[in-house]
Order: sequence, then C-alpha cells, then structure tokens
Amino acid sequence: MLEIKNLCVDLEEEEKTILKGVDLKIGEGEVHAIMGPNGSGKSTTSYVLAGKDGYEVTDGSATLNGEDLLDMDPEERAAAGLFLAFQYPVEIPGVGNMTFLRTAVNAQRKTRGEEELSAAEFLKEVRAKAKSLKIDADMLKRPVNVGFSGGEKKRNEILQMAMLEPKMCVLDETDSGLDVDAMKLVAEGVNALRDGKRSFLVITHYQRLLDHIKPDVVHIMADGKIIKSGGPELALEVENNGYADILAEVA
Amino acid sequence: MMYADRKPIKKTAYVMPDVALPTGGKWITEARKSALASASEYGMPQKRDEYWKYTDPTTLTSDTPTPAAIFDADEISLFDNVDRVKLFFVDGIFNADMSDALDLAGVEIETLETAGSADILWVSSLYGTLERNAQRPVPRPLAALNTATATQGTVIRATGKGAKPISLIYLHEDENSDATIHHTIKLEKGADLTILENGPAAARFNKVMEVEVADNASFHHVRAQGRDHERRAVTHIFARLGTASSFKSFTLTVNGVLTRNEAIIEFTGDNAHATVAGACAGDGDFHHDDTVFITHDGVNCESRQVYKKVLRNGAVGVFQGKILVKPDAQKTDGYQISQGLLLDDNSTFQAKPELEIYADDVACSHGSTVGALDDTALFYLTSRGIPHKEAQDMLTLAFLGEAIDEIEDDTLADDIRARLERWMARRHG
Repeated sequence: MLEIKNLCVDLEEEEKTILKGVDLKIGEGEVHAIMGPNGSGKSTTSYVLAGKDGYEVTDGSATLNGEDLLDMDPEERAAAGLFLAFQYPVEIPGVGNMTFLRTAVNAQRKTRGEEELSAAEFLKEVRAKAKSLKIDADMLKRPVNVGFSGGEKKRNEILQMAMLEPKMCVLDETDSGLDVDAMKLVAEGVNALRDGKRSFLVITHYQRLLDHIKPDVVHIMADGKIIKSGGPELALEVENNGYADILAEVA
Repeated sequence: MMYADRKPIKKTAYVMPDVALPTGGKWITEARKSALASASEYGMPQKRDEYWKYTDPTTLTSDTPTPAAIFDADEISLFDNVDRVKLFFVDGIFNADMSDALDLAGVEIETLETAGSADILWVSSLYGTLERNAQRPVPRPLAALNTATATQGTVIRATGKGAKPISLIYLHEDENSDATIHHTIKLEKGADLTILENGPAAARFNKVMEVEVADNASFHHVRAQGRDHERRAVTHIFARLGTASSFKSFTLTVNGVLTRNEAIIEFTGDNAHATVAGACAGDGDFHHDDTVFITHDGVNCESRQVYKKVLRNGAVGVFQGKILVKPDAQKTDGYQISQGLLLDDNSTFQAKPELEIYADDVACSHGSTVGALDDTALFYLTSRGIPHKEAQDMLTLAFLGEAIDEIEDDTLADDIRARLERWMARRHG
C-alpha cells in the first residue's frame, strides 16, 4: 500500500534536516503506529506524505500502490486515496462544513472519473456517518471547525475520513487534546473503517490510543529515522520505560 | 476642541466646470441654484484633498467622460427570482417603454422630470436637503453638482409596506455617455421598502440617492455595480434616520476602472439601526473606494460597517470610514470592519478608519486587516482533494461572504453569491 524508502527531508525556510532516511512499508489492511519523542519527525512525515508546502525532499521516495506520491499535488494525493487526519484541524470561517464535505467528496470522484454524488445521496450518507460519530446537524451546518471543541474537531476529521473512504489513512496525533471518552469515540470511528483492505498509519505519543486502535506493527522514530520496529508490545515498553532505554539500546 | 467649534476643511484653490442649470419648476430651480452655489464654494475635488488622497478624481471631474467600451460578455442576470417593479435607465435616461408602470401598492413613484415641474411638498422639502446637510464637515462637491444638474431619477414615497421591491436597472449602450441620476426617497412612519440597483449605467455615472427613513420605518438596499470594465462611477447615498428606524445597504462591485461609493448616514432619532456593507472583487485596472461617514446624534443607536475587498493583478481598494458620535448620542454602538484580501503582491488596499467621539457612554470598535489567502486553510482544503483553484475560490467567497451575510433577504443574498461564483468560474476559463 504505502512504501517509504530512505526519505530525507529539509525544512525549506531554514537549513535544517528533519527526516534522515525514513523507511516504512505498510501492506494492505495493516495498521502501523509510529511513536517517538518530540521533534523526532513524526508529524513532518505525515505532512510530507500529504504534500504540505515548506519541505524539501532531498532523497528517497514515497509511493502509494506504486504511484509516486511526492510528484503529486495535495489534491491528487487525496484522490489517489491518501488521507491525513490533522493534529490541529484548521478552522475555515465562511465555509459550511456540509458544503466543504460535499465539495471534497465530489472533487475526488471527479478526479477519479466517477460520477458525482447527488445532493440527496450525499445527505443520506453524511447523516448516517455523522450519527455514528455523534456529530449533530448543527455541527454539519456550522463553518468548518469554527467554534468546535477539541473533541469535535477530531470527530470531524474522522467524519471526513469516513466520507472520503481513502485507501491509506494517516492519523497525526489524533488522540492529542482528547479525554478518554472522546478518544474511545474517535477510535471506534477509525475501527469501523477497518475492512481488511484499508491501511492506517497512526502517529501518537501515547500507548493508550493503541489500546483502542490495535496496531500490527509499532515503529519508534527518533532524530528523523525509524530506529526500532516491533509488535504491539513495543508500545507497552515505551509506556513503561519511556524512550530512554530504546534510544540507549540503539545507540 | 468642542464639537460645535468644528469647521469644514478649507480648500486652498478650486476649479469649477461651467455648469448650465437645467430648466424646471420653481422649487427645483431654487434647489439647483443652491446646490450649484455649494459646489462652487468648495470647487471640484482634487487629488490633494484629504478625502481624495487615495483616489484620483480627475476623470470624474473632467469636462467630458473618458469613453468606456460596452462589455458584452454573457452575464448572469440578477434578481430574476424576485417579483419587482423594474425601472430602466439607458445611459442615464429613464426609458418608460422598457419599464414597468409606476404603480406599486403602498408606494408612490414618479420620475424626477415629472416631479421637478410639479408641486409635491415632500419632494421639494427633501430634494438636495440631505446632500446639503452632509457638506459639513467634509465637502462632497460631486454630490452637490449632481443635485444642481440632475434631470433624471425617481422620487419614491412609501407610506406602508412596499408590495414588492423597486428595481432600478442601469443599462450602458453609448461608449461616451455621461449620466447623472438623483433619487429622492422617503419612507413615512412605519413604512418598509426595498430598492434594488444594478448595471453599469454609463461611461461615467454620477448618482445620488437621498433617503429619509422616518420613525419605525425600514429601508433595504441591495445593489450590484460593475460589469463594464472601463466604466467610472461616483455615487452617494445620504440617509437620515428617525427613531427606531432601520437602514440596510449592501453593494457588490466587480469590474469598473473607477468607483467611488460614499455613504453618509445620520441618526437623528433614538434606537435606530444602520448597516452599510460592501463586497468588491477587483482584477487588473480597477480602483474601488468606499467612503463612509456615520453621524450618531440619537441615543442607543447601532451602526455597522462591513467592507471586504478581494484584489489582484494590480487592483486597488480604498476604505475611508468614519464614526462621529455627538455629545448627546449616549449608548451608541458603532462597529466598523474593513478587510483587504490580496491575491498577489501587485495589489493594494488602503484603509483609513476614523472615530470621533464626544459622548462618554458609547461602545465603538473598528478593525482593518490586509493579507493573503491563508496557506494553512488552502492546504487543508486541497488535502481533502479539492483542486487548488477551487479551494482558492471557496476561501475567497468565504471572505466576501461575511459582507454578503449582512443582506437580510436570503433570496437576494443567494443572487449576489451566484453572481460572484459565476465571476470566479469565468476567470478560470
């Protein structure tokens, strides 16, 4: 599904190298988690995959089902099946949430040469999916993320994911700023999308999200590289001992 | 300095074109003479005048207008879904054949031509009056010149709720036309009236609208200027608001090499509300100036100014907005926001917000910003699969939307949005 090879990335504005050769391969239907200390390059990895400006790829590659992601504009990556759930979802005053969702869904369908959803079809689908995420009609009507609580913003990300039905979902610290109940709700939303084909990359600081979204593989990232990979037990080790042991062990 | 000590701004030198007054009845001749004297006192505006610092008035005051090509691109028609009384002006001349009958329940409508030679007390006491009152402290000579020379326009008096909106449509057919139109509108106590305006009007257009809104009356105004790229316009709206009255005016401007829109509003009664809002989209050789002066002279009145300008390819936007709160205008709530969205580095937005407050129990706020589209928001939209241009349009419309939201009637607001969407779609070819 997603294959990242020796990905090296600098910040464009300043001479700073963030990623120093990331290797990662996620197969169809797999759930991988990346954990790591602050500043290790986790969020940068997600931004570079989604195509955010401000980063320069100096080496390496990233492909989605064989297609070169790095050569595409953000909207093309989305249409190809990549989705990034933002750590800080952006507030967009003046653009209604529903209008935004419908424009996005239909833009992707159009890019893929599929027929656009009619207003009625869209409405039916969005209502059903919003309900399971406890998103009420008012939240759908309001401008995108404006005045939403932290939990509402994250649920809104998952709703977008559910509507866009991507192949590869990247969740950037989706658990940050959530209380236990909100985290469970978000995790349920994610788990509902696990169908054995769709793949996930879950970026998180804490093991507790992984209690709800069970990963197949856990990677530890530090200083721009993946330094260790293992099963779910790796996350528990981090939870109990912090990163110090692993960092020492690798060094 | 006390409010009463204020004097109008003195001009150092002035120029005045040769003006021959039109012939008309007694009262209008008096009004014209008085207005011409007023215009002559100050002379025509010049670039060095404080309120013309950002907008060059030369082409508005020249003896002959600069020709303006007729823009014949297919344009979405406006207000089609609105049942309205349509009055057509072609290059500034009223066209009775094209227009509906001057007949509307709750409202009396006449042309200025007819009223000028008749004796209608309310017209003769209102025509030119609000314009004259507004000449201090800031002179507005182009409006005085309009009062002195206009032969075209309407006089409209609402005594109840207007059964439908009156739609003033300004067609431009002659590349050299120089149009002067003066509307005189009175809403009697408790009346309710909607005026719609659209069309490029002429190569050069000088329009004045005087609106007296009596106690408990409501006035709604939605206009769409533009279309012809080369047209020039200077417009003034003068309003006087009675107790518990309401005044709402919105203007959309796309295209037009030069537009100066002035709104001068005075609260004379208590508990009244006024909103003036504008959305403008300028591309290339485009200069758009909103100049607003709101005088609070009643207790517990609320005024809102909401102006949004999207500019690109060297377009220039100007906003000059003033709130004056007189000593007895306690509990005034004055709000003003002006924002420029620059889609490139070549465009300019100039803003001059002014507050002058002589009462001590008031809440006035103003804000002005200028900036580009938010990169973070653009990335968010494109990361969901929305193409870059479409994402730009969504954010641009959202920006202007805050001004469009000031329109009370949803049908009218949707029409304005549709016009903008169409404009943006055409840009992408």
